[in-house]
Amino acid sequence: MSLKTLKTDLAIIGGGPAGMSAAVAAYDAGVRNLLILERDGALGGILQQCIHNGFGLHRFGEELSGPEYAHRYEEMVRQRNIPFKLNTMVLDLTQDRRITATNSEDGVFYVDAGAVILAMGCRERPRGALNTPGTRPAGIYTAGTAQKLVNVKGCMPGRDVVILGSGDIGLIMARRMTLEGARVHAVCELMPYSGGLARNIEQCLHDFDIPLYLSTTVVGIKGRERLESVQIASVDENRRPIPSTIREIPCDTLLLSVGLIPENELTKSAGVPLDRTTQGAVVDQDRMTRVPGIFSCGNVLHVHDLVDYVSDEAAVAGRAAAAYLSGLEPGKEEIEIVPDGLVRYTVPQRLTRREQTRIFFRVGGIYRNVRIVVRDGEREIYSAKKLKVAPGEMESITLSKDVMRTLSGGRLEIGLEETP
Amino acid sequence: MKQYDVAVIGAGVVGAMICRELSRFEVRTVLLERMDDVCMGASRANSSIVHAGFDCEPGTLKARLNVRGSELMERVADELGVPYVRNTSLVVGFSDEDKPKLEYLLDKGIRNGVRGLKLVTSDEARALEPGLSEEVRWALLAPTGAVICPYELTIAAVGNAMDNGVELRTGFEVRTIGKEGDLYTVSSGEDALQAKYVINCAGVYADAVAAMAGAGDFTITPRRGEYMLMDKECGKAVRATVFRTPTAMGKGILVTRTVDGNLLMGPTAENIGDKEDTSTTAQGLEKVFEQARRVLPAVSMRQVITSFAGLRAVGPTGDFIINQPKEGFINCAGIESPGLSSAPAIAEYVLEMLGQSGLALAEKDRYSPRRRPFNWFRNLTPEEKDEVIRKDPAYGRMVCRCEGITEGEIRDALTQNPRPRDLDGVKRRTRAGMGRCQGGFCSPVVIELLAGELGIPYECVTKSGKGSYLMTGRTKGGRRS
Repeated sequence: MSLKTLKTDLAIIGGGPAGMSAAVAAYDAGVRNLLILERDGALGGILQQCIHNGFGLHRFGEELSGPEYAHRYEEMVRQRNIPFKLNTMVLDLTQDRRITATNSEDGVFYVDAGAVILAMGCRERPRGALNTPGTRPAGIYTAGTAQKLVNVKGCMPGRDVVILGSGDIGLIMARRMTLEGARVHAVCELMPYSGGLARNIEQCLHDFDIPLYLSTTVVGIKGRERLESVQIASVDENRRPIPSTIREIPCDTLLLSVGLIPENELTKSAGVPLDRTTQGAVVDQDRMTRVPGIFSCGNVLHVHDLVDYVSDEAAVAGRAAAAYLSGLEPGKEEIEIVPDGLVRYTVPQRLTRREQTRIFFRVGGIYRNVRIVVRDGEREIYSAKKLKVAPGEMESITLSKDVMRTLSGGRLEIGLEETP
Repeated sequence: MKQYDVAVIGAGVVGAMICRELSRFEVRTVLLERMDDVCMGASRANSSIVHAGFDCEPGTLKARLNVRGSELMERVADELGVPYVRNTSLVVGFSDEDKPKLEYLLDKGIRNGVRGLKLVTSDEARALEPGLSEEVRWALLAPTGAVICPYELTIAAVGNAMDNGVELRTGFEVRTIGKEGDLYTVSSGEDALQAKYVINCAGVYADAVAAMAGAGDFTITPRRGEYMLMDKECGKAVRATVFRTPTAMGKGILVTRTVDGNLLMGPTAENIGDKEDTSTTAQGLEKVFEQARRVLPAVSMRQVITSFAGLRAVGPTGDFIINQPKEGFINCAGIESPGLSSAPAIAEYVLEMLGQSGLALAEKDRYSPRRRPFNWFRNLTPEEKDEVIRKDPAYGRMVCRCEGITEGEIRDALTQNPRPRDLDGVKRRTRAGMGRCQGGFCSPVVIELLAGELGIPYECVTKSGKGSYLMTGRTKGGRRS
């Protein structure tokens, strides 16, 4: 028996904030035959478990919780009758845009799509990836898994908590666990600065008197069945633990917020080239990957700090997919954007048309009183002063159409320079 | 007190294989395990290699049982539905000084009866394995070397034995062994049973168990081995199992592709005092990585998905201790490497001993050596999977996205012998949680399925046995799900 094959103009893999926003934008740009494939039992992705506030300030001008933000987009999807399949796992994607997926109702089936938008989000780095020595007891969770247990399952992962990593989910969970009656003894951050948003440091740690230890890491894990303590130590400038600083903190829980990894297994199976720094696809201003007709947006493209930016970026991809499907020729230029190292990466990484373009980027450290400078060869084509830039906050610049028109060719360099 | 013909102490790979052999016959057999699940010692944390048998000293029990076990393993794996890949072993030397050592190994291998051994040059070795370091000068090639999944093998062997009538008692830690007439009494303090024959397969505790019965005064030293497991992405870096030229402490740090397509690197070799200490160390992991990188320069720390340690049970003689110092009491002790490879042959050997000691071995009318593989669904074609999902929609619900494990497969594992009772038990049977996210996404779902099957509240599910509670209770005002 042959497998069911669906045909659609646009398939969107992932029904989180990126997937929903991309679908809505594509619909509004005229695509009527489209389909969202979502592995979870509901739309909304990770927002479903983010019950704290702070979402939507840019996008809706008000402060929403994660589920409320997701609900706004789900309503837009429903108003437009955009079809979606839940509990549906995409198993494979080919370069010519054939999707293999599975769920309980359709069995194993194919979706042949005119265009595909990748919106699979990201996953957390687990303990194993850190090579922290010690035992392997119960009580060690990634912050996101703990968040799911607390906010969705109504269960407490533990009572005495140490958090390694000061990514945003770790900071949010420090506050959440405290509100649920747990004691958060320390948040340890390997780097000399936090990777989270400044507002989260204030609202989640300072407001609750939770200490943040910078240049500090967990060097040992003790406890046979359940975690009994962790050893922490300061690190030197090469991030090597300093033995004389080791001290032990009794705890039953260690939460890890040590990085997010875009989930690009399908992207790779489709032969889409990735950026080594973002670990997401290399894209142009339309968020089209190097494989024509395959687009990428949201946290699967690069890890964002705010969901509002995810929605914006996904809308760019949605509109561009609509244009692609309507037969509009992709841009023919090839302008590479090269970060100087202080700027770690940019999205997009390449430009194919000379139009007004917003370029997002992150920096590799905390820098004060700097200029963001874009050069076309020797010529400075853009500069803006910044009092402070930090790795936890995504930055962006906009190059006007007029500036874009003056470009000499293939390469733009973006970097940070001291203010004169 | 319940009476048995045979009580096997220890549900590692050796105990499991012996029970499976016994289950062919009309023999009342009980398998005693102190932990809450089978395969909780060295059998779950080792190199997963079925050794060809070239490095054992000729004439030893190790040499004989390794070569025989390696011959038997392919059929055993097939019957039990356990993945087994004959992927070739390579022992590499980095200098011309290593050449005589490799020639010595070659000679031993030939004397042990290992087929197909060959000494090759660096070019020939790199033609087979392009990822090998340029530093490699010589290599010994063993085409009968293979890899297997050691915990799937052990669990499947116990399951198959149970399907054929063997009784498993978990949580039974043997504390005393007495003898009256021709019956041994084996007691945990809370529970006791009697058996005509007792087989000691207690791993690192085999010395203590033998002492309880007055059947041996040897000492077992735990030798810790630390490992790192890499993402499937780099599993393709090597096809064979690559060993360094061996030293007195063992075969050294090897790099191998696992049957599941990951890359496994390890082990260190460190004699320690604590028989429970399976913690990893910073120095150990560093050593594993450095030595592995010397063999395969392309491996990167970024691709590590987990690390772990296992304890080999090292005896005093350098050889396996398989004997019957007292009528009806058989020791299988000091089963360090190549214990996994030898296990099917150890079972054969022990059955012979039992037969010679008077145990009646009458074949059962109804015995099946076969067991449905854990991975039966994973290995179907998309069309076949589609058929299965139509009959049972649970196979269309993906639980572990990294390894592609469905609810149907987890339900299978929850109801198949020997049943898992905790999160790690499900992981070892299904691979749910073994992928690159290490259970971050799937464990909340697996906990739910386990709670349902065990009939316990969600927050009472454990990670790995008693005391390994995953949650400390409900949130404020949270209602039970």
